[in-house]
Amino acid sequence: MSLYRDTGVVLRVQKLGEADRIITLVTRKHGKVRAVAKGVRRTTSRFGARVEPFAHVDVQFYTGRTLDIITQVQTLDAFGAGIMSDYQRYTAGCAVLETADRLSAEEGEPVLRLYLLVTGALRALADGQRDSSLVLDAFLLRAMAFAGWAPAVRECARCNEPGPHRSFSVPAGGSVCPRCRPAGAAIPAQDTLVLMDALASGTWDVAEAASPNARREGSGLIAALLQWHLERQLRSLPLVDRKGVPSGQ
Amino acid sequence: MYEGPVQDLIDELGRLPGVGPKSAQRIAFHLLGADPADIARLQQALQKVKEGVVFCDVCGNVSEEATCRICRDARRDPGSVCVVEEPKDVLAIERTREFKGRYHVLGGALDPLSGIGPDQLRVRELLARISDQEVTEVILATDPNTEGEATATYLVRMLRDFPGLTVTRLASGLPMGGDLEFADELTLGRALSGRRTV
Ligand SMILES: [Zn+2]
Ligand SMILES: [Zn+2]
Repeated sequence: MSLYRDTGVVLRVQKLGEADRIITLVTRKHGKVRAVAKGVRRTTSRFGARVEPFAHVDVQFYTGRTLDIITQVQTLDAFGAGIMSDYQRYTAGCAVLETADRLSAEEGEPVLRLYLLVTGALRALADGQRDSSLVLDAFLLRAMAFAGWAPAVRECARCNEPGPHRSFSVPAGGSVCPRCRPAGAAIPAQDTLVLMDALASGTWDVAEAASPNARREGSGLIAALLQWHLERQLRSLPLVDRKGVPSGQ
Repeated sequence: MYEGPVQDLIDELGRLPGVGPKSAQRIAFHLLGADPADIARLQQALQKVKEGVVFCDVCGNVSEEATCRICRDARRDPGSVCVVEEPKDVLAIERTREFKGRYHVLGGALDPLSGIGPDQLRVRELLARISDQEVTEVILATDPNTEGEATATYLVRMLRDFPGLTVTRLASGLPMGGDLEFADELTLGRALSGRRTV
């Protein structure tokens, strides 16, 4: 019998059998953990609602043969309440969860930095003080940095020549100087790169002053960079409801 | 691995929701030993489910005809529409005998993690129904979980600009027979925000 305890964020829940669920969490010390929560779909369950997506929880696990088993759960932050009450926050939050799930592929490998990024992003979404689309983009940029894919925005992605440079290439990994510029490189507005730089460094006053065009272009480039690195496309990213763009259009 | 047809049956059963490999094996051997008349009835039921059942043009519930029994029933109030995720939720509400209006079945909940957005559900049909008919009340009865709540949030946003339309959400309270101290934060929070004057 082996018990361990950790804090984590619920990334996804899947049905298992009649009344159980498999819960995927990104934890502080144990990386990504998939564990069974027994009986949580019954309305009499004492911790069913505590292991819903977005929940930040303190969990006790029992080491099982194939999957670990959740024996106790305490809520640290019920981020879900503030997120699911707003559709823009909800779709942005889902993209945060799916990205975290995909970037922590190796179960058990510690991903403390990613865990902190996820809790930070969900806290900001649940508070609702900042624009959900900017919160998501800042998270995606930092999550890419965690994965070793930080895009170059100030210097040339290929030769490190200090910028700012006008061209931007997703396959090259960011802005590119005139000499390194590959065919098909985009030419984003200068504001867009300023915004991306601000989001990556957490300079919120600059980010929030960005024009709607820069925000739209920045979101597009960030999504393209992330999808370029991931083998499979993220399902949630195209469904993110961005400000001023009605969903489904 | 078993030979031929038995293994095929185990594989097919194992693809059903909630059926693991062990249960699939148990069901397969039960069927192997069952009375031929029982098997014939099961076969017929399986056949009919795809051939004989259609989805109601109006509400999206499972139906034997183009329009379902509830949508055809003149005694049911067409002004009140209860929005649910699945046909099984219609049954659950019907069993309460409390609701005399009609239904709208979305076909699921908004779940971006599974690639399900508004276009994958019968949202457009709901909006068309409200614009065309004399609907005065919409009751949102999606599941009390994250996806169901988010779906209700989205629908509130889409429905709030219809003049004269009342939109309500099923109250979500504490389960009967429980102690307050054992309630989880989400349920207790919702019970508090949805409290009523007594
Ligand atoms: Zn260069
Ligand atoms: Zn109908």
